[in-house]
Amino acid sequence: MSATVDARGLSCPQPVLMTLDTLKTVDHGEIVILVDTDTSKENVIRAASSKGWQVRSVQPEGIEYRITVAKV
Amino acid sequence: MFSNRNLLATRWGIILVGAAIGVLAPLLQKLGNPGNMGVCVACFERDIAGAIGLHRAAVVQYMRPEIIGFVLGSLVAAYLFKEFRAQSGSAPIARFVLGVFAMIGALVFLGCPWRAMLRLAGGDGNAILGLLGLAAGIWIGTLFFRTGYNLGRTQANHSSVGWLLPMIMVGFLALLIVYPQVEGQPQSGILFYSVEGPGSMHAPVLISLITGLVIGFLAQRSRFCTMGAFRDLILFRQSHLFMGVVALTVSAFLTNLILKQFHFGFAGQPVAHTMQLWNFAGMALAGLAFALAGGCPGRQLFLAGEGDGDAAVFVLGMIVGAGIAHNFGLASSPKGIGPHGMAAVIIGFAVCLVIGFTMRQKSVRQPLKEELTAATKTA
Repeated sequence: MSATVDARGLSCPQPVLMTLDTLKTVDHGEIVILVDTDTSKENVIRAASSKGWQVRSVQPEGIEYRITVAKV
Repeated sequence: MFSNRNLLATRWGIILVGAAIGVLAPLLQKLGNPGNMGVCVACFERDIAGAIGLHRAAVVQYMRPEIIGFVLGSLVAAYLFKEFRAQSGSAPIARFVLGVFAMIGALVFLGCPWRAMLRLAGGDGNAILGLLGLAAGIWIGTLFFRTGYNLGRTQANHSSVGWLLPMIMVGFLALLIVYPQVEGQPQSGILFYSVEGPGSMHAPVLISLITGLVIGFLAQRSRFCTMGAFRDLILFRQSHLFMGVVALTVSAFLTNLILKQFHFGFAGQPVAHTMQLWNFAGMALAGLAFALAGGCPGRQLFLAGEGDGDAAVFVLGMIVGAGIAHNFGLASSPKGIGPHGMAAVIIGFAVCLVIGFTMRQKSVRQPLKEELTAATKTA
């Protein structure tokens, strides 16, 4: 299963809350999280890693970031 | 993947930054800043409000260079690391009002969260009640987060929007240079200067400014936030930011011991009162307002330096709130709370609760799920 979380324009703690809530509903697969600040990027990566998800890629897209996390 | 990894945002990075602030603040106190007030964002913004005459409390008027340094140091860091992003539009008026009541709550306690830690590290037992209040206020804030509270999305904006608060700080610095303090005089040009009281106590201007710049730079890189420290611990059981706060308190305690600035007790502590219920309630109000606005007063300054126009509005709310707090007798003094401090705290809680209850994605029982459904599209 894969899902996308759009946390662009939202400030702490929303991006992390949305990411964690999505991780809870999905046991494995790939999740893409869109954020637009470096702080959100770091926070989302930290939160996903702490839940055992692997960060596959962090792609800058203009002023945004597309973070892909996965769990098999 | 992490070729440009931000070392100061790692666990050791945030500990290092907290420890650095914990050393620098007591040193500023040694060099002239008021007791257990080496750095206090709320008190210093209040002093700035006094310096430009937004209130006329003669003992707390001084254009604090630390605050100017915080914003400009963050601006420099944000540009150097390509993180400057001008953005705004996430309920600015709500942020202004939260800033006003955050300041009022902080001035009932007599300090921002940074000063609460510094007071504790200096032996002021009253700070324990303040810190408990802070945690309680932030906890209430997390209940709103759990039920879908947020102030809406911000939008990218003209770079100059992000520059406005930094430029206001440059303007403040220009005023400080053009109208420097004159020994024993309550006014220099258009600026007010305290001749006695906490406002008259300050480290040399250049040292204050440079320390502010250094802290602003470090805090921008590390995302240091005292409100986030408690919030993330309560909301996510995550201790990352909390380690920074612990490091600040421990290093400030050790520095105070070395500088012989540690004096344990409750009565007679510098710029503090012993009305414990109001130490608790004032800081609880401030903590709730910080949580709803997404950052402690320091963090709001650093965000404003990165171009966040909404954080800038919160900062202006705090400065105006200081004017209101002193003009209307809401702020405490070492003698105790102000004549209208209680009323202000109660009104502040009512306003924050209205903001928390009404600014949710959906005012139903499981709004997070619905927000999630809206935000998550199964691919």
